[in-house]
This record gives sequence, structure tokens and C-alpha cells, in this order.
Amino acid sequence: MDFPILSSLILLPLLGAIFIFFSKSKSNTHPTIKYLALFVSFANFILSLYLWYLFDPSNADFQFLEEQSWIKGFINYKVGIDGISILFIILTAFIAPLCIVSVNSTVKYRLKDFLVAILVMESLMIGVFCSLDLVIFYLFFEGGLIPMFLIIGIWGGERRVYSAFKFFLYTLLGSVLMLVAIISIYWITGSTDITYLYNLGIDEKYQYLLWLAFFSSFAVKTPMWPVHTWLPDAHVEAPTAGSVLLAAILLKMAGYGFIRFSVGLFPVASEYFIPLIYILSLIAIIYTSLVALMQEDMKKLIAYSSVAHMGFVTLGIFTFTQQGLEGSIFQMISHGLVSAALFLSVGVIYERMHTRLISNYGGLVSVMPKYAIVLMVFTLGAVGLPGTSGFIGEFLILIGAFKKSFLVAAIASIGVILSAAYMLWLYKRVVFGEIKKDEIKKIPDLNRAEIFILSVLVLPIIFFGFYPEPLLNTTEISIENLIEMYNTNINSNLVEK
Amino acid sequence: MVNLNFIYSEIFLCLAIMILLIIGVFKKNSSYLIYNLSILSLFGCLALILSFPINANVELFNNSYKIDYLSTYMKILLILSGIFVLLSSSKYIQIIKINKIEYPILILSSVVGMMVMISSNDLILFYIGLELQSLSLYVLASFNRDNILSSESGLKYFVLSALSSGLLLYGCSLIYGFSGSTNFNLISENINQDSYGLTFGIVFIITGLAFKISAVPFHMWAPDVYEGSPTSVTIFFAILPKIAALTVFIRILYVPFLNIIDQWQIIIVFLSIASMLFGAIAAIGQKNLKRLIAYSSIGHMGYALAGLSTGTNLGIQSSITYISIYLFMNLAFFCCLFMLRRDEKYFENIEDLSGLSKNHPILSFSLLIVLFSLAGIPPLVGFFAKFYIFTAVVEQSMYALAIIGLLSTVIAAFYYLRIIKVIYFDPEKEKYEKNHNIGLKVSLAFSTIFILFYFIYPSPLIEIIEKINII
Repeated sequence: MDFPILSSLILLPLLGAIFIFFSKSKSNTHPTIKYLALFVSFANFILSLYLWYLFDPSNADFQFLEEQSWIKGFINYKVGIDGISILFIILTAFIAPLCIVSVNSTVKYRLKDFLVAILVMESLMIGVFCSLDLVIFYLFFEGGLIPMFLIIGIWGGERRVYSAFKFFLYTLLGSVLMLVAIISIYWITGSTDITYLYNLGIDEKYQYLLWLAFFSSFAVKTPMWPVHTWLPDAHVEAPTAGSVLLAAILLKMAGYGFIRFSVGLFPVASEYFIPLIYILSLIAIIYTSLVALMQEDMKKLIAYSSVAHMGFVTLGIFTFTQQGLEGSIFQMISHGLVSAALFLSVGVIYERMHTRLISNYGGLVSVMPKYAIVLMVFTLGAVGLPGTSGFIGEFLILIGAFKKSFLVAAIASIGVILSAAYMLWLYKRVVFGEIKKDEIKKIPDLNRAEIFILSVLVLPIIFFGFYPEPLLNTTEISIENLIEMYNTNINSNLVEK
Repeated sequence: MVNLNFIYSEIFLCLAIMILLIIGVFKKNSSYLIYNLSILSLFGCLALILSFPINANVELFNNSYKIDYLSTYMKILLILSGIFVLLSSSKYIQIIKINKIEYPILILSSVVGMMVMISSNDLILFYIGLELQSLSLYVLASFNRDNILSSESGLKYFVLSALSSGLLLYGCSLIYGFSGSTNFNLISENINQDSYGLTFGIVFIITGLAFKISAVPFHMWAPDVYEGSPTSVTIFFAILPKIAALTVFIRILYVPFLNIIDQWQIIIVFLSIASMLFGAIAAIGQKNLKRLIAYSSIGHMGYALAGLSTGTNLGIQSSITYISIYLFMNLAFFCCLFMLRRDEKYFENIEDLSGLSKNHPILSFSLLIVLFSLAGIPPLVGFFAKFYIFTAVVEQSMYALAIIGLLSTVIAAFYYLRIIKVIYFDPEKEKYEKNHNIGLKVSLAFSTIFILFYFIYPSPLIEIIEKINII
């Protein structure tokens, strides 16, 4: 048996967390534990890059499979990755060290507990992306609630308790139906192994209800309109690192779930529910963009923009075209980078001014020129300007959508314009204009740590904007395979009718 | 000649009780000694049970006393939890000054009663066991006799429990009248599906048993008794009688009355749904932790009943798994309560936990784990308990029950989160004392580790319980 690289990716942060939890640091802000956490998460990132290096993109099957009997005769612990999941694993492993670096300025108390929570979160999220068994997936998917609840609740802002409860109960409520569906799948087919279920296929008559049950969970987590209301609250109240984790990775779990489970396991039902998804996605794109325009709180604005961007993702997934699906995955990765960067940027000025209200800023360009430059890159990335990674994703999704329906694509395109409107307006109000307040004149520009974090994010956003090949190559074969499987299922179902 | 080998454990415990009583009478100030000897005798009893082949299947005393895998497993569970309860509460009873010699002896005698209940295969023997455990519990509930709440809870428990015992007896007599026997095996042979008298008998028996496990609508006593009794008795109430009553539930429903499952299934489903929902909703407004855990245990019994209502072996096994896991979660929770001590006083309100995590990180972490586990959040053990239950329920296509059950876990999650909020998000208060006795620490550490790391290797528990096969 080969080196169990996926299990190591899951276990390494967890072991780090356990070690840090039991380490006796006298003062809770002792730097050693931070360096330790950073080291662990960075090692994990290197490991994930090594995984990418070993990964064979020309193979559509699941790779690096590990299977271990877990509950005897019932559930096996099974992990493996394909071209779709590997990117999310790398994204997770990339974002986690950044979160840990950013705690320097944002987490003022109980640093140790915070690092433990972040590391546990990292290993659970990697687990979500590589589990190949429904029960194992559910375990990781729901387990993430515990550390995130604590991150929002302990280190959050004024309304942290309300937001933490809302986040927890909303997502839990969405997920319980998925649990019933998972158990039903077990009794219908006798297995919860995804690769087995892919080959077997689930009887059409069960698919609709099962799809809806999974949908209820993923829709809350994505979040789709109208169950998105927990997201702005959670984002606004969470500490910077928490918002980054939420936006960059947690939201992607649902997009990934749609691709892996809804489309993969229930193709007939997915086809049937296309109108529902399109309508909800379009409402998310247009409506939440309009809502974002009216926001006065920077974090809330970015949160609403996340809902709109995830609307594009769900739209792209359910076009069932090569471009649409590739675009969706690309968009998720890109949004992961851009939204993480935007939240970190907001965190930077929040640390200096202790306010997130847009109206309190203005004229930052003259006091923080470096900040103005990086924020420009991120804003353009969020707008989807050609040359940033945001463009590739939206462009591919729109191509996919045009193939399916002109009307849908046309409406979605309006969303692109709206996103330019609210992002550029935000940038204008915060960075340009006259300096209204005396305090702004005194604030310092980016320090070295901040320059480091933000430029680490600038690089991939621009790099993948000009050269998306590495990402697209990785996903291509897996998506072809998925679409082929989907089409054969749909066709055979039509023949039966 | 009856082969007494198989009930050596019960005989041993009875002898131990008598010897301890004698020591208590003749030796002054021997309460500490007797307490420790009781723990030892429970260990001895456990060793005796384990020394016999576990998969024996014998019926003694004219088939009225049954030793099989189910009863052996449940007895082991019962005695283990008895040991943990005694270990964890030794300091508590000293501090609130109820460390009389009678205390451990009453606990032992109620354990004997429960063992008789677990093994009973006959209505009369079952009733004797039930009364033995109940009578001990009445006294235990009001053991802190200077405290008005404790006396009240003892009285309340006595009156209501007597009422339910009356109903139970009436049910037994109806069943005897309509089937001609009190023996479970004979009842199942003589059963007549159309007889209304029998149905009434079952309803009365279910009522009496539902009272013992505090299922809605027979739960009224639980919150008051849980709150009023000394905490060391509450932990006993929360765990041991439930194990015994659940076993009897399984045996009565599945041995004599399996053939008329249509008659009782709907009742159990109703009890289950009502308990799950009521337990979840009523706990929201509570301020006292013991009262809250009473409502939470009502809810948890609802889940155990959901497994029972399926009418399959898988359902029984899932219920037994549930109660086994529930035992450790409750044990850990009460151990945490025992640690909230300052200046010879124990604290039991939610607000007393405020900001606990700043001064007591390990204790708060244990509470965090326990509460999330009680809420059923993966990957903690509480999730598996619910998962097995709903696996069994969905197998029988009882989707409504499964969905209502899972929705009530979401409601219940709210009040568990509220406690976590107080512990982790609220400003800190004074510190609690940190010197606890070793038994308490061991119990807490053991149960927390079980709760936290069960997911790594879940197979053994399932494999043990899979062998229970009574249909």
C-alpha cells in the first residue's frame, strides 16, 4: 500500500490542533504556538501541492483511493480525489496558512483556542472534499459547524451570538434532511459508497425526493436565495480569519456537493429541477446584487456579492456543459481567492479605524497608496475584468448558459454589470474622494505582514487570469466523464419512457 | 433443582447489602468505609457476571427468570454505570452532608431491583423488581431531608410512581385474565389477536413503563424530581432506571406481544414523537441545569423509543446502542456539574457557567464536547446514537418519524447551544475550586474520551450489540 497522502492531509492539521490544545503556553498570545500552527498548515499546503504534482489529470477515475473498514459491514472509510476535488483541497490548504498569518492583528485574545479551531476546521474541510462515502462526507460536512460556531461566537463582533446561532441552526436544519436521504440511499441500494453508486445508478422514482433533500442542505450552505440570510450576518460578525474561511471554503462545500452528489447521483432529477435552479440562481444574481448596492457596511456588501457569485456557480453547474461546469469550478476557486482577499483587505482598514461603515472612509488613496493598489486588483477580480481570474469563471459560465438558454444567459449578464457597479462604487467611496475625517490622515499604510498576505493573493488572481490552463487541465477529464455519465443516464431514462 | 450458578451476581449483591448493613450498625462513623465497600461489591458483581459465558441462554424458576445475551449486556451496562455514579459522587455527598450509611446501601438495593427487572420473564417477577428499585428511589430522592425541594421531589415521585405502578398492575391483571398466564413465553403462545382486554392490558403496561422512563405524556415528575433531588441522586435517576425500564420495554413488547405489533406500534410512535418534540421545546426556557437535563432526557428517551417502535431487531439494537451512548453523555454532563463547587457549595444554574472557559479550559472543553454530543453533531458519539436509530427507522420506511425526530434535534440544538454560549461567549465570573477527587476525574476523563474519539473505531460497540437477537 502506498503512502496514505489524503489521510495525512486530513490528519496533519488535526494532530497539530491537538498538540496546540495541550501545549502549556503561559501567556495565551505566545508566538510559538502561532509559528507551530503556521508550520503545520504550511506543511499541509506543500503536501497538497505535492498531491497535485502526483495527480494524473488524464485519468477520469478517482485517484489516491484509500479504503478502510469503519463500521463493520455497514460503512467504509473511503477517500479519493478526482480532477474536481483536488483543486478545492489545494484551495483549503492555501487559505488556512493565510488565516493563521492574519491572526496577528485581528485576534486579540485566546489565540491558542483560535488556532485550534482554524486547524480543526482545515482538516474537516479537506475531509469534505476527499470523502467518497456519503456518511463520511456528512460527518465532515456537519462537523465543521462546531469550530465555525465557536469562531464566530467567541471572536466575533457585537451581534456575534445572534449570528453564530443563526449560522448553526440554519445549516443544521438544512442538513438533517440530507441525513434522512443518505440513510434512505443506504436502504435503497445497500451502500453509501459513491463510486459504487455512480456505477449502479439510483432508481428514477426515488431520485426526485432524494435530490430535494440534498438540495435543502446545499442550498442553505451555498447559500441560495431565499435561504441566504445567515451569510451576511455570519460574515459581518465573524473575525477576519473566520470570514475568510467562510467565504473562501465553506461556501464551496455546497458547490462541490452539487457537482459530486446532486449531479452525479441524481442526474434525472437534476435535469428535472433545472428550472428551479435557474430561477433561484438568477434571483440570487440580480436581487442580491441590487441589495449589495445599497449596503453601508463593507463586509455586508462583500457577503451579498458572495451570494451573487455563488448564483453564477449554481447556474454554471446546472448547464451540464463542459464550459459551464469548468467555469463553475474555476469561479469557485477564483471567488475563494478574491473574497478571501477582500475580507482580509477590509480587515486591514478595520484594524486601523474600527469601523466597517463605508461612509466613514474616503480618500484612502492619498494616505495608503499601497493599499489602494492591492484593493484595486481585488475589486477588479471581483468585477471579473479580463486579466483576472474572476473573468475566466464568469465568461465560461455565460458561454455554458448561452448554449442552454439565451434568456437565462442574458439575465445573468446583467449581474456582471451590477457586480461592476457595486464593487467599483465601493472602491470609489472608500479609496477616492476627499478625506473627510482627521483620523484617516494619520493611519499608516500596509505593514510588511499585510503586504505579504495580500500580495500572495494578488499573484494567483492575476496569474490564473492570464493563464488558466493549469486549473482547467486538471478538471477537464473529470468533467467530461461526469457529463458523459450524466448524458447516458438522461438518454437511457428517455428511452425507457 | 434450580441451577443457581447463573444468579450468583444477584445473590452476591444481596449478601453484600446485608453485610454492609450489619457493618453500618455495629461500626461507628463507617459511612466512608461502606461507600467504598459498595463500589467494591459492584465490582465483584461485575466480575461474577463476566465470569459466566456471555451468550448463555437459560431460564430459571419455572421460566420466570431469563439469563440471555440481552440481560447480560444490560446488567453489565447497569453495573458499570452504577460504579461510575458512585465514583463520581463520593465527594458531593460528603459536602452536602448526606453521607449516611443508608445511601450506598439504598443504591445497591435499587440496583438489585433493576437486575431482577432486566432478567424477568414473568409479570410478577418484573413487578417485584420494579417495586424494589422504586422504593429505594423514593427514599433516595428525598435523601437530603433538610432541603425542602428534596423532600418535595421524593413525595412527588412517590405519589406519581405509585399511581403508575397501580396502572401497571391493573394492566398485568388484565393480561393475566385474557391470556391465562403471567409468563411471557406462555402469554405469547396463548395470545388472541382480537381480544380488547389484552390491548387494554398492553396500554396500561406501556403507560406504567413510559412513566418510568419519563416519556411524554407521563413525564410530569421528571423535571421536579431531577431538580429537587441531590445531584448525586439525579445522575442515578438519569441513567440507571432508564436502562432497566428500556430492557423491560423491549422484553415485554417483543416477547409476548410481538404478534400484535399493530396494536402497540402506533402508541410507541406517538410516545416517541411527543417526547422528542416536547423535550426539545420545553427545555428552551429552563434556567436550572438539572431541570434542563430532565427535559433533555425526556427528548432522548423519545429517540430510544423511536428505535423500539420499528418492530425489528435492528430497531432494538439501535435503541440499546442509544441508551449505552446516552449513559456516557449523561455521566460526563453530571461529572461536570459535580465540578462546579465553590466554598462548599454546588452551583447548578446556567448562568453559573458564565465565562467558564476562561478559568477552566479543560472542564469547559469537556462540557462543550458533551453538549454538542447531546445535540447530535458529528463526529461526536451522540451523532452515531441518532444515526443508528434513524437507520433502523428509515429501514421500515417510517419517514415521518425520522424527519420529525431530526427536526426536533435542530430545536434541541438551540438550548444546548445556549449553554455553550454562556460558557464560551459570556464574561467570566469567579473561579471554581479545582481539587476534585480522583474518581470524579477518572469518570469525566473516561466518558469524555469515549464521546470524543468513538468515531475513530465505532465497530466494537456495534458488534457487541449486534448479537442481541430476541425476535
